[in-house]
Amino acid sequence: MTSSVVELREVKVERDGRTVLDIQHLQLELGKTLTVIGPNGAGKSTLLRVVGLLERPTHGTVFHHGEATGDGKQDLILRRRLAVVMQRPFMRNASTWDNVATGLKFRGIGGSEAKRRVGDWLDRLGIAHLADRNARELSGGEAQRASLARGLVLEPDLLLLDEPFAALDEPTRLALHDDLRNILQKVQTATLFVTHNRIEAQTLSDELAVLMDGNVRQAGSSYDVFYRPNSEEVATFVGMENIFSAHIIEQSGGLAAARVGRAEITLVGSWQQGDYVLLGLRPETVQIEPVKGEHTRLGSTNRLQGRITAIMPFGGQARVIINCGFPLVSIVTQQSLMAMRATPGMSVLATFQTAALHIIDRSRQRVTLTPTSRPDTSKP
Amino acid sequence: MELIWNGIVQAFKLIFHLDSELMNILWVTIRVSGTATLVSLLLGVPLGALLGTWRFPGRSAALSIIHTGMGAPPVVVGLFVMIMLWRSGPLGGLNFLYTPWAMILAQTIIAFPIITGFSMAAVAQIDPQLRQQLLGLGASRIQALRAVVQEARLPLLTAIMAGFGGAISEVGAVMMVGGNIKGETRVLTTATVLESGKGEFGTAIALSVILLLLVFGVIVGLTVLQQRNRIT
Repeated sequence: MTSSVVELREVKVERDGRTVLDIQHLQLELGKTLTVIGPNGAGKSTLLRVVGLLERPTHGTVFHHGEATGDGKQDLILRRRLAVVMQRPFMRNASTWDNVATGLKFRGIGGSEAKRRVGDWLDRLGIAHLADRNARELSGGEAQRASLARGLVLEPDLLLLDEPFAALDEPTRLALHDDLRNILQKVQTATLFVTHNRIEAQTLSDELAVLMDGNVRQAGSSYDVFYRPNSEEVATFVGMENIFSAHIIEQSGGLAAARVGRAEITLVGSWQQGDYVLLGLRPETVQIEPVKGEHTRLGSTNRLQGRITAIMPFGGQARVIINCGFPLVSIVTQQSLMAMRATPGMSVLATFQTAALHIIDRSRQRVTLTPTSRPDTSKP
Repeated sequence: MELIWNGIVQAFKLIFHLDSELMNILWVTIRVSGTATLVSLLLGVPLGALLGTWRFPGRSAALSIIHTGMGAPPVVVGLFVMIMLWRSGPLGGLNFLYTPWAMILAQTIIAFPIITGFSMAAVAQIDPQLRQQLLGLGASRIQALRAVVQEARLPLLTAIMAGFGGAISEVGAVMMVGGNIKGETRVLTTATVLESGKGEFGTAIALSVILLLLVFGVIVGLTVLQQRNRIT
């Protein structure tokens, strides 16, 4: 008896001669949640449909509970052990209660058992008071809660969530994240959650897979994916906004001095003088402070003097672009910007830990322009 | 105007006096058109649902046939059914010609494409992702199709109205295959044609008013049913 609920082996989906999904191997076990993130058109929904037996792959095999799928009648039995929650709740023109009971009716579950389960899940998702209301009259958040209840009431072995929070406003989304995370910790189900929202990606699980152009580009913990992306593409997608090519000019002990544009930074590791390396730095790890003191070479903290070129507020934070010989993006709180009275044109010190620099590619031979809109100031 | 007014008065007199001939005509009308609508509904709604949700080679040709059927001239249908039901025709053995069954057959052929076409449009307007969602909740293909049809029930009532309207208002085909035999195959439309042919315009107007009231009653009933279920 295997604990694997679903397993994909060399699965390919082709459409009009184009490969839209190409998964060598993917496995999901009971009680685990895997979040798949990727940009629009990466193949996330196709993956979900294939896993949910709603679409047959062109090549390869999908196993459910160790059993190869592909037989119509057997697939229906397996499909009745899973539940799909889609981005839009798709409520039927019936009461909330009837909508939540939809899947139970398909399985021939009625009477007191249906009553108990529906009542329980309406209650757990905080919509018991809406049971008699027509589901088409529910608000977006209420409808999505009903949609989640409709899936969870089936007590599935496999729960497939296709961006169920995408259409919700921020407070509703956050409340629903909390509730769902708590629920998933209590139920014994394997969950596959797909989303394009990288912030949302970390809310339900720590296990992530990055899907791009139909391929899993990186899989691992959220820290690995967000702070140690294995390619420039993944780094860009996960919001590592500072990606730059550095030219090693000096090695001293375990530290090296490298030139980026007109600036000089310190990085950890042993390098050959003249090496090029592609580095990534998350904007949240870059602090800004008023200019004071002298810049120390080869220290554990990089301090680069520069001038603020733009401040773009979002929520309680702001993206600040500093030209310090190359463009560097920092995300700081608006409160700290206010405290230092930061404005475009102001001279500041941008600081970041040497350890925060992530080496994306050790043998970079070519200088890359990133982000694409910025001028190339990093050519040696 | 006086002629019309007298006709209306006569219509109500016939109704209130429960005129036996009128009652018979009314009963044959309801039986024939009601059965034709019911048969068209049973055949047309599933076919319309399939055509509205299923993409298959030849679908365009099937749609063209249905759409042509929606506008088929009843007299052509009548002629076709009559030839089929002739004693020497392929369905002659059924002995349906000049019976209410022949009229039901003709009206079904008229109402069926109307109901199929309207059902197809009703189902096609339901988001195809609803079907995916239903399958994702464990529905079998048939359960999902049934649920989609159920979702389209309000526009489907329009299909029933249009189908019933098409059947009951038909005159040419039922005249040809039913023969307008008194007490057997005479319906409100054929009786109206007969009375106006005899110059009995008052009776013809009375029968028209009764036909209108019958259609009005059925449509009002269906509309009330439709609007009661509508979400504003």
